[in-house]
Amino acid sequence: MKQCYVLLWLKENQELFGIRATYMKAKVFVSLKPGVLDPQGKAIQHSVELLGFSGITDVRQGKYFEIALQDSADQEEARESVTRIAREVLSNPIIEDYLVEIEA
Amino acid sequence: MKFGIIVFPGSNCDHDAYHVISKQVGQPVDFIWHRDTDLNSFDALIIPGGFSYGDYLRAGALARFSPVMDSVKKFAATGGFVLGICNGFQILCEAGLLPGALIRNRDLNFICEHLSVRVETSDTPFTNEMTPGSVLLIPIAHAEGNYVCDDATLAELQREDRIVFRYCEQSGVVSEAANPNGSRDNIAGICNRSRNVLGLMPHPERACEDLLGSSDGRDIFRSLAATLAAVA
Repeated sequence: MKQCYVLLWLKENQELFGIRATYMKAKVFVSLKPGVLDPQGKAIQHSVELLGFSGITDVRQGKYFEIALQDSADQEEARESVTRIAREVLSNPIIEDYLVEIEA
Repeated sequence: MKFGIIVFPGSNCDHDAYHVISKQVGQPVDFIWHRDTDLNSFDALIIPGGFSYGDYLRAGALARFSPVMDSVKKFAATGGFVLGICNGFQILCEAGLLPGALIRNRDLNFICEHLSVRVETSDTPFTNEMTPGSVLLIPIAHAEGNYVCDDATLAELQREDRIVFRYCEQSGVVSEAANPNGSRDNIAGICNRSRNVLGLMPHPERACEDLLGSSDGRDIFRSLAATLAAVA
């Protein structure tokens, strides 16, 4: 029993010892739907061309999120939760698409 | 009749709206902090302009999760009048109370200028004191006011006479040249199907006194006050 408390305390204070927690990581990519005007992407494309690159036919700007999840989370459950987060918060389905990746 | 003005962290046109309701329209008005959920004492709500939550993620995206928004949805569902101005319009779209979305202006600029806006319908509680086709001089001040929606939504808005304001030339002609931000069909403001929720990008509360360059915005608040007086 005592050992359990020690482990728990260690887990909560692991940063004191330079131990890094292992988390499951979710990555969410949000991009504008095809056809939705992206003036920022256009401005970036223009700058890239000024840098001397030719043959760039299009630049689209998106958003990237990293979400740390407790390691104990079940991978499928995690995917379900993060997909819901992506759909209901991180993206606006009227103008954006999203892609979820789970990294164990 | 009592007006409520919802204040989010980052709202900055709340006091302008308060001033107009109390001084120009002459009606009781109170601020509502975004954590409050009791809207029972209010007859009309204004969601003011500004940068709620610093426009983080997307304009209006985080405000829709504030506790007050569930109450606003119930308020709207039972016929209460809700007016969303600028960031308020963005919040109403994000919350699903109005269709479509507002994206970055076509030319990337933050645009701050007085523009001509045509009244498209008098069949709303916000425009029933106005004449369709009349032109209002009202300022806009936004970087994300480019209204987008799919073809089916646009057709529905047109068919149901729900496009309330369009950007136009001084003469009242709606043209691409008069479109400041790339909005689909020059849309500056729309209402919901029940016509009790209006969102618009222009700031009528900044155009209620001649001293400020225009008093054309006053008719929107007067229409709303007249509607409320008739209901009461």
